[in-house]
Amino acid sequence: MLQTACHAWHVQQDARMVDFAGWEMPIQYSTITEEHHAVRRAAGLFDIAHMGRIEFTGVEAAAFLDSIVTNNVAAIEVGQIRYALVTNEAGGILDDVLVYRLDDSYLLVVNASNRLKILDWIEQHRGGFDVTVEDRTTEKFMFALQGPRAIEILNPLIEDCDIAEIGYYRSAVVNFGGEPGLLSRTGYTGEDGFEIICATTSGAALWNQVIEAGANHGLLPAGLGCRDTLRLEAAMPLYGHELDETTDPYTAGLAFGVKLDAADFIGKPAVAEKKAEANRKRRVGLQLEGRRIAREGAIVFSGEQEIGQVTSGTFSPTLETSIAMAYVSANHAAAGTTVEIDIRGKRHAATVAKLPFYKRG
Amino acid sequence: MDPAALKYAKTHEWIHVEGDTATVGISDFAVKHLTDLVYIELPEVGRTLSAGEGFGEVESVKAVSDLYAPASGEIIEVNESLADDLATLSEDPFGQGWMIKLKINDASETDSLLDRAAYEAQCAADG
Repeated sequence: MLQTACHAWHVQQDARMVDFAGWEMPIQYSTITEEHHAVRRAAGLFDIAHMGRIEFTGVEAAAFLDSIVTNNVAAIEVGQIRYALVTNEAGGILDDVLVYRLDDSYLLVVNASNRLKILDWIEQHRGGFDVTVEDRTTEKFMFALQGPRAIEILNPLIEDCDIAEIGYYRSAVVNFGGEPGLLSRTGYTGEDGFEIICATTSGAALWNQVIEAGANHGLLPAGLGCRDTLRLEAAMPLYGHELDETTDPYTAGLAFGVKLDAADFIGKPAVAEKKAEANRKRRVGLQLEGRRIAREGAIVFSGEQEIGQVTSGTFSPTLETSIAMAYVSANHAAAGTTVEIDIRGKRHAATVAKLPFYKRG
Repeated sequence: MDPAALKYAKTHEWIHVEGDTATVGISDFAVKHLTDLVYIELPEVGRTLSAGEGFGEVESVKAVSDLYAPASGEIIEVNESLADDLATLSEDPFGQGWMIKLKINDASETDSLLDRAAYEAQCAADG
């Protein structure tokens, strides 16, 4: 199994480790709830080195990326980041990704579970493009500092830059511990914060620096367990749950990541057709009345009519209610609609909720 | 309850027998493993359980787990306050966190359950 630069640290902290897409990752150090609250109220530090990092150079790097992702790569400025989907010919989502434009290259950050599939997809479709593709996943470490105190914790550690100046979905190359680090104002928690990419060889040292700097600010190491509860409150989709190869970007509610008026990408005609389809399913939030969790696969009913299916659910530590995301038919998607969810053979009342469940103040 | 004096099912329930009354709960190991408890469903008083029969569910952020009766008997008392205060279960699984009391007919059913040492060995093997 693959291990990140901080694997030994996690084990030493007695974190509960799990296999995640071939990587041995910490799911929690203390409890999911405690780590979740730390991120919402102070800060949390996540090892996300399992995410794939693929670098593109060459004069046609942007043109090639534009041919495989839904967003407008040619329009991305140096230092800017855009969310995009990789779609198949049928418009189904192969992955959701971030595209970074750096000084002399582009970086694609992909889901751990899809890295090899996307690398194959790239190989199949790079054709005659003048582009060099390098998988940097194992030679680079990636971690995320998330939470309202992220700036005050991290800023003193960065020598040549006021990180508060880095805009949302922007990146900067900074001097972090004497080494170049790529800092981006991005995350997967619904909080302010940064994702940091550095050399794997300096990963453990920089991780430790942040842990020490955050000790008096309420920073906790945070595992994949609370990463899931945090992203669910923020209504961010997770590949394998809300997104898969049979779901298109519009049904998934990700229109902001699709630019149909820009370059042609694989699957564009099918995606455009989905956009025009008025009766497609909708991704909605559900708030349950009781404390039971509606998990992936739970069927959603309106009376006796089956109207949809839950894709993820959890108990929201922030709202202290049971929440879920689901795909439901368009005529039952309005906020306030009452539905029922079958959880282990029993019906539970729920209401369609406005997404996101949580938005930072 | 003294954890060392209890009997344990492989499915992590503990049982304490006194005369013809047995108290049932789940172990410290189970509680620690589940963490982040959100919900518990316990049965009604008066129901009769067979050994190994499901009597309820405990749910954490991560998963739902069924609760199994370590011995046969009629439910004579249910810890109703647990549902409103699951912290009690996390903090005191062998005391305030008890779940049900059974009137049992055959105390020898618990002979096949694990003692504390054997239970700890099983937990260590499961990680």
